[in-house]
Amino acid sequence: MRIQVSGETKEVKDGITISELIQEEKVETPEYVSVSVNEEFIQKSDFDTLSLKEGDRVEFLYFMGGGR
Amino acid sequence: MKVTITKSDFDKILVHARKEAPLEACGLIAGSDHDGIREIQKVYLLTNVDHTSEHFSLDPKEQLSAVLDMRKSGLKPLGNWHSHPASPSRSSQEDIRLAFDHTASYLILSLMDDAHPVLHSFHVENGVSEQEELVIVE
Repeated sequence: MRIQVSGETKEVKDGITISELIQEEKVETPEYVSVSVNEEFIQKSDFDTLSLKEGDRVEFLYFMGGGR
Repeated sequence: MKVTITKSDFDKILVHARKEAPLEACGLIAGSDHDGIREIQKVYLLTNVDHTSEHFSLDPKEQLSAVLDMRKSGLKPLGNWHSHPASPSRSSQEDIRLAFDHTASYLILSLMDDAHPVLHSFHVENGVSEQEELVIVE
């Protein structure tokens, strides 16, 4: 099936989970990454079980922060 | 890497940071990046969800909106900016620890001397922060 990852169309296996996509996309330091699907943020506890659907739009957003 | 920012975008950051002080202010930068020149064409003012004078974290929902706006506008994400209301424009240990993107520019605006605000840009990689050339253009 086809989904969009960070604006780019990708061919992935049917029913791929967020965790599998993170591995497939080789996302670095995934513990600091938020994931949205169709502009809704996904809880990390759902990464292993939430299956993506054809046409879903996925964004990986790195935590951005710091301090003085 | 040479980074350019317009005077109006610099002023936009400065006005927002002064308004938020003594809390840290933060946001994103976007534009183009080619031939070793990184041109900031748009700055985004985001909420510091930490609401403190010592830390900042971008609001993820606003971050997502900004990223989508960049894509729609044909702009490349270039990094982020934040203010140091009472300390110099240099990367703190926490800034370095939380700089996950070694392709990004990290702008820090110091308001320590409010009459003379200082904006520097940094490249952070492998735990090392190096100042980049930053030019304010008209």
